[in-house]
Amino acid sequence: MATSTVDAESLLSIDVGSITTRAALFDLVDGRYRYLGSGSVLTTAYAPFHDIGEGIRSALDRLQLVTGRVLVGGDERLIIPSKDDGSGVDTLVATISAGPPLNMILLGLLEEVSLESARRLASTTYARVVDSISLNDRRKPEDRIDAILRLRPDIILATGGTEKGASQSVLKLLDSIGLASYLMPEDERPAVLFAGNQALQDDVQKSLGKLLRLQFAPNVRPTLEVEQTEATQVHLSDLYRSVRSRKLSGVEELDIWAGGGLMPTATAFGRVIRFLSKVYDPIKGVLGVDVGASATTIAGAFNGELALSVFPQFGLGKSLAELVEYCSPEAIARWLHIEMSASSIREYLHQKSFYPASVPATAEELHLEQALARQVMQMALRKATSFFPAKVMRYGPLLSPWFEPIVASGSVLTRAPNNAQSLLMLLDGVQPTGVTTIVLDQNHIAPALGAAAAINSTLAVQVLETSTLHNLGTVISPVGNARFGTPVLRLRITYEDGREVPVEVKQGSIEVLPLPAGQSAKLNLTPLQRYDVGMGGAGRSGGLRVVGGALGVVIDARGRPLKMPEDPARRRELIRKWRSTLGC
Amino acid sequence: MLAQVTHILPITLLRRERLLSSPGRVVVRKGQKVSATDVIAEIRLNPQHMLLDIARSLNLPVREADPNIQCQAGDQVSQGDVLAGPVGFTKRVVRAPKNGRVIVAGEGQILLELEGPPVELKAGMPGIVADLVGDRGAIIETSGALIQGVWGNNRIDFGLMHVLARSPDDELKPDRMDVSLRGSVVLGGYCRDPQSLKLGGELPIRGMILGSMDAALLPFALKVPYPVIILDAVGRRPMNPAAYKLLSTNDKREVSLNAEGWDRFAGKRPEVVIPLPASGNTSLPRDVVEFLPGQSVLVTRAPYAGRTGTLSNILLGLTVLPSGIKTQAAEIRLDNGDNVVVPLVNLEVLV
Repeated sequence: MATSTVDAESLLSIDVGSITTRAALFDLVDGRYRYLGSGSVLTTAYAPFHDIGEGIRSALDRLQLVTGRVLVGGDERLIIPSKDDGSGVDTLVATISAGPPLNMILLGLLEEVSLESARRLASTTYARVVDSISLNDRRKPEDRIDAILRLRPDIILATGGTEKGASQSVLKLLDSIGLASYLMPEDERPAVLFAGNQALQDDVQKSLGKLLRLQFAPNVRPTLEVEQTEATQVHLSDLYRSVRSRKLSGVEELDIWAGGGLMPTATAFGRVIRFLSKVYDPIKGVLGVDVGASATTIAGAFNGELALSVFPQFGLGKSLAELVEYCSPEAIARWLHIEMSASSIREYLHQKSFYPASVPATAEELHLEQALARQVMQMALRKATSFFPAKVMRYGPLLSPWFEPIVASGSVLTRAPNNAQSLLMLLDGVQPTGVTTIVLDQNHIAPALGAAAAINSTLAVQVLETSTLHNLGTVISPVGNARFGTPVLRLRITYEDGREVPVEVKQGSIEVLPLPAGQSAKLNLTPLQRYDVGMGGAGRSGGLRVVGGALGVVIDARGRPLKMPEDPARRRELIRKWRSTLGC
Repeated sequence: MLAQVTHILPITLLRRERLLSSPGRVVVRKGQKVSATDVIAEIRLNPQHMLLDIARSLNLPVREADPNIQCQAGDQVSQGDVLAGPVGFTKRVVRAPKNGRVIVAGEGQILLELEGPPVELKAGMPGIVADLVGDRGAIIETSGALIQGVWGNNRIDFGLMHVLARSPDDELKPDRMDVSLRGSVVLGGYCRDPQSLKLGGELPIRGMILGSMDAALLPFALKVPYPVIILDAVGRRPMNPAAYKLLSTNDKREVSLNAEGWDRFAGKRPEVVIPLPASGNTSLPRDVVEFLPGQSVLVTRAPYAGRTGTLSNILLGLTVLPSGIKTQAAEIRLDNGDNVVVPLVNLEVLV
């Protein structure tokens, strides 16, 4: 069932997540591409099915019900390309994040050079780095061999040696991989991606080529100063797909349906963020945040340059039981406006990891779930920011770079009971600076558009231009230093009907200026106390036109980085106040 | 909608595939009767290796060292055996530092796989070997009561069950762990004192089944030498009534505990099996179930976590929960007669 890329019109996307499998349909309506609907069911990658096909079929059934279009024929096969009677689709794209993260071993010469690049690359897909081998590794060769045998990596990413640089030391490190692979059963040997000194390709092929699946990518560190990871990221995506196909039933078939273009969901999400960064203000970046069950993904794109980071350890599903290895329950509790003991938080983490698909039914559990989302976003962003290009514009080294817009995905954010809760989670977790728009990918279609962009860029552009992404509002986050309660910004909003509203904003507060979707207004900003509101420097005033959103214009003057009172009672009181202001 | 399933069954046929992670040696035969702790397959899973630099030890270039290597791949060698040499006036040799097997010999090196104890795969439950799975393991079949849990410490054992829990939430305190429990499997309600676990190892007991356990005890429970299975929750929660009833009415019966961790991807779950003879109509438990009215269900999340009841009605469309979240839900008649609304994803069907 090959996919036609010629004259493709309608497009079906399938995303196999760790909890949910979604099928979404896009087609031309009045000459422009639109999102028509989607069908979601529980993923069947796990026992007793062990086959994603069951879930895909059920999701397609749902989609047929929702859209009224026949997609599956009487022979139980997907109808592709579409027929004259309107049934079927012309193109299919697919993304996947289901299944445990891949185990990856990194190999490089120098800790701070090639191994650092390898680490950066490993973080671009659903993988856990289980070991690293470098010149600094003091283990004996046999101990490295035993470690590889014990850890059973899915992928070994080998880097090292600049062009015309080191060769023998790289080959010596690779010896352990060859010997360990030789000792493994053939079907359990790892795939090796070599992205080191290109002059070694023949030698590497000779020593490893007959033993295991070997791929070559351009040198990630052609010189000590230059890092090039983009091409290797593509190879890693390919390897992810091939390992998943080998270990999970139904993946190979889905890949065939998608014309060999099945990609990791995070990769596709990153693509759409990169695409947006070419469309929006080149001075600012575009940020994508996806808080999923299998991982939290951070995609920062700056004028076409993408920094993608995937954190399986920060997923809100099975991995939650291990979250306390990365942060204390007290760090999670500081986001709560209700009292909750550290032991209750620990218990919740375990219970949610036992039942990743379950949802909070009580207000108390919802608050905790949202606190977890804040915490994982913050931890993921802190790590991801170190991978952003050095040249990005930001107010300070510890602060979030300038972004416009911020695209948020993941059911904890998109399925929150109201828009204010979604926004406050993002304001706390991301802590944007300056002026930015925050939008929600309510239907989880960003990965589909990213995957579609390669074969039908018009579709991606036109669907993004429609109101598919839900605009939460324009956020203004002044940056500076002042005591709590000090006025830091005077603002005047002029509505389309000429009405003007002046507002004075104090440090530590949140203000909301209603501006419904579909309307626009002019803002005049006059910072006080030499605060910076993104008008060209500290203390600079300026005006800008903003469009409306669910919450209008929100001024978050709580400070960057957000510092909350140490006293728990006072902190909870303050959070309650912020929630009340926003209408959570 | 597909339902998540937990098995709490007074009598069922059970078939479990027990496989090594890599090819090894299967040591049972088809039709053989096994107990939970019987070894069915073994493998030298992560043997240690030793790389000997022959060229360097003999003080020769690599190409001159190879002709002096006296062993080849596959050879079993004992500590002290000559592996290479003699060379030179001093008749320099390289001897095997330990017992092992030669894996690679050449290019101036010898890679030895050292002898070590094999990893043993246990049957996990008493039964009959229904089939062999190549060089990986076997399928074990039995009949009996089955109770699945949520957490296990990756150990396997069996023994007579002593019901210490007088009620589903009865705390298992250290003073209850006396010498009369030696060699038995203990059923407790909730445990929060590490001393109870420690005493279990000292007596020693053969296993512990709990409804719930304090989160702080998990690292400790991973280290005790006997299997620990938590049936319901980490934290304090009464054991679910269905499991408590079934277990407490089987006091002094032999039970087997397979406390492997819950792995949805691999389809493994901690399980308690009480071997019982099958009746004529005993069948395998259903693993794939759609939600339907009349089903017995277990609620997994607050505010009714751990309660059991009957699914009376699947609500149409989406329901707004007290948390404000909209989701598919069902009306449940709890065992105490209360009617409540619970999201479908927070339910497990008991079959």
